[in-house]
Amino acid sequence: MVRRTVRLLISAGALTSLLGASCGADGSGSATVSGAVTVFAAASLTAAFTDIGAAFMVDRPDATVTFNFAASSELAAQIGQGAPADVFASADLNSMSKLTDAGSTATEPVVFATNLAEIIVEPGNPRGITGVADLENEEMIVVLCAPEVPCGAYAAQILENAGVTVTPKSLEENVKAVVTKVMLGEADAGIVYATDVIAAGADAAGVMIPAGINVAAEYPIAVTKEAPNREGAQAFVDFVSSDRGQRILASYGFLAP
Amino acid sequence: MSPSRHRQRKPRTRRRGTGLPVPVLALAVVAVAFFALPLIGLLWRAPWSNAWRYLTDDDALTALRLSMICSLWATGLSIVFGVPLAWLLARVEFPGRGVVRALCTLSMVLPPVVGGVALFFALGRRGIVGQYLDRWFGVTLPFTTAGVVVAQTFVAMPFLVITVEASIRQLDSRFEDASRTLGASRWYTFRRVTVPAIRPALAAGAVLAWARALGEFGATITFAGNFPGTTQTMPLAVYLALETNPEAAIVLALVLIAISFAVLVGLRDRWFGRTDQPLVTVAT
Amino acid sequence: MTLSAHVALRLGTLDLIADLDVQPGEMVALLGPNGAGKSTLLRCLAGLAPIDSGRIAIDDLVVDEPSTEVFVEPESRPIGFVFQNYLLFDHMSVLENVAYGLRARGTPKADARRTAREWIDRVGLTDYTNQRPSSLSGGQAQRAALARALATSPRLLLLDEPLAALDAGTRSSVRRDLRRHLATFDGMRVLVTHDPVDAYALADRVAILDAGRIVQVGSLADVTAHPRSRYVADLVGVNLVTGTVSDGVLTTASGARVVIADALPGPSFAMIRPPSIALIRNQSPGSSARNVWSGTITDIDRLGDRVRVGIVGQLPLTAEVTVAALDALTLRPGDEVHASVKATDIEVYPA
Repeated sequence: MVRRTVRLLISAGALTSLLGASCGADGSGSATVSGAVTVFAAASLTAAFTDIGAAFMVDRPDATVTFNFAASSELAAQIGQGAPADVFASADLNSMSKLTDAGSTATEPVVFATNLAEIIVEPGNPRGITGVADLENEEMIVVLCAPEVPCGAYAAQILENAGVTVTPKSLEENVKAVVTKVMLGEADAGIVYATDVIAAGADAAGVMIPAGINVAAEYPIAVTKEAPNREGAQAFVDFVSSDRGQRILASYGFLAP
Repeated sequence: MSPSRHRQRKPRTRRRGTGLPVPVLALAVVAVAFFALPLIGLLWRAPWSNAWRYLTDDDALTALRLSMICSLWATGLSIVFGVPLAWLLARVEFPGRGVVRALCTLSMVLPPVVGGVALFFALGRRGIVGQYLDRWFGVTLPFTTAGVVVAQTFVAMPFLVITVEASIRQLDSRFEDASRTLGASRWYTFRRVTVPAIRPALAAGAVLAWARALGEFGATITFAGNFPGTTQTMPLAVYLALETNPEAAIVLALVLIAISFAVLVGLRDRWFGRTDQPLVTVAT
Repeated sequence: MTLSAHVALRLGTLDLIADLDVQPGEMVALLGPNGAGKSTLLRCLAGLAPIDSGRIAIDDLVVDEPSTEVFVEPESRPIGFVFQNYLLFDHMSVLENVAYGLRARGTPKADARRTAREWIDRVGLTDYTNQRPSSLSGGQAQRAALARALATSPRLLLLDEPLAALDAGTRSSVRRDLRRHLATFDGMRVLVTHDPVDAYALADRVAILDAGRIVQVGSLADVTAHPRSRYVADLVGVNLVTGTVSDGVLTTASGARVVIADALPGPSFAMIRPPSIALIRNQSPGSSARNVWSGTITDIDRLGDRVRVGIVGQLPLTAEVTVAALDALTLRPGDEVHASVKATDIEVYPA
């Protein structure tokens, strides 16, 4: 009697481990990615990544993607202090290199999109701004990103390229704050990403910056070293670089890497 | 002969205890640790060798000076407008008094950023009142130091109002009667009888308001913006420094803490009133 | 040069209607039970409570007259007020307290302080000039409050139970001092007290206030000789019966009959002194007393050789008998007893 029970138990255990092994080995199967995936992404990626996340979750019903959108520099600092991110998508190479220098990435960062800078103004461009030179005007209320955040660094570069000195009224700590201030009518103009102008829709208008002085922001993405869900993170990164992901990014105005 | 069945109680040594039951004392100690640990953490990680360099950095000194000036202005405005408001809420019965009180102290529970956005819609360039300020007087508040003061006052005043209102309620109004029968006008009575009586509460409220104003971040950055020298107060400087230069951030944070500490400890006995003397005594 | 007040005011449950006239140099004491409206009347005179209708005038100044919408704030009235708990400002010295009224009215600091020092000397508080009120004893605080009120040379001095906060021992000496200090004050004074001894020692006239009405005015001797209210009757320690006289009988509202000797018909008071009431266990027809009322004993209080017996029944009465009589009748609370009084022992006067 006892021997029979023992044999049953052993075979049951063997069967279970076989099943478990077979499930774990198959990494390419779409049904196997599960659990929470935490993505820290630059503020300028808010709309695009939310869409990508939704598409990703349709593909992988067992996975849940949550986002933390903020300035890339702030996110890099948070990850450096141990924030539990699976994926980091930055608006500049600088913030990403802070992580790679500290050995905090598990994979080599991959540039998945680029973004051009653009001047954002109120709908209908009431102040008649035609280029960065107009921003020099003392009467103009201009807000920029703080130089510590990526879009601020890009803006500073652009202004230097154009040989223009602008005294902004405020240095915001993320690009969305610049957009908000212009949309609310508190500021006349700001320098943001082209994607931000598109995202603002009818609430804002844009003035192109000529390619000669413009800077192309490069967006790298990587899986973090301490990622709690390494598999899910990698799947997400792959999805972003995939055709589907790229198409979604393009629809928001991002350019190919 | 059997030994005595009574268990002799060991004589207790006469010791001055705290008078607190042990569980209560334990909780209190945990609370102290809760507040002390973050400070200890900062002191631990502070880059003492580079501290002086960060402290004397131009931007840091500017931010510090701006913080002090704005917070003191905000405290002053809180006193000038807050004390009459506290008086009104405490003494005058009018319909809707409860609603008015809730309205005036709303910013205490509002997330500061929400407060900043609300200030935009009221006093910004396109705001309800702000647009007229801009059009008629050319006065703009966003992106100015005055805007910082407005944002700080908005979040800090309720602390003063609540403290002072409670104190006024407690006052014996008969002293004001006595003053008036002696020939004092309402204003003279307020000046020489009421205000001295609420002085400890006023001081406590002012310090609370000042501390709140000094630490204000969300409403300031949303409404007034962030620009070194004009609107970049210490909390904003610390926040931004944290992204690029955490060491500098720690040093700046410690400066803020040291100042607040000094004020709280220094003022405690002098202004908050001695605990052995009641606020208002009646000679009998 | 007088205080002339006709006051009508409703405040909470109090319905106050009172007329009061005070001559300069005269002290009128308002006496009465708690809740009668004494302090309220004082507050009306001070301007701390506006009246509903009537008129208050201090000398030639009308300070409150609703019909002509005249109301003078307390700070503009020529008054001084001594409060029951003195209400000295604790964060100021005695000197600053006494000088307060003068400075509030615009007197320069030096002059105000000089006058204040004079007053402080006059009330004998020189040693405490720079002390805080909290270091003063009860009697000293009272003197400081008086000095503070008089320093502004008011025309009308109002005192609200000025001795109530003192213990019995100090009360009589402070009362003497108060009398002395007030002797040189030539304005009108109104004093509120619940202690008839205060009234006796300090007042020229007494006004008995009961349930918002002034029921008696006169010198204390006159008032106590012929009580017209339960309050005064209790004060003096006599029984007071109210009713209507006709054909030698006073009938009360509840129907009890009191046979009396010669009195004018109409509403009247009948005063019966407790010692004149005899207590009988069983009613006998052979007595000449026409007044016999039945009742139950409620309480018995021994006062030395005498005993006060409280009775409820046809008429609520207090009788006074000797201890011997009590023992003889073996009276106890709850016992049925008859109270008897000769008609000639009853004093009747018109209401």
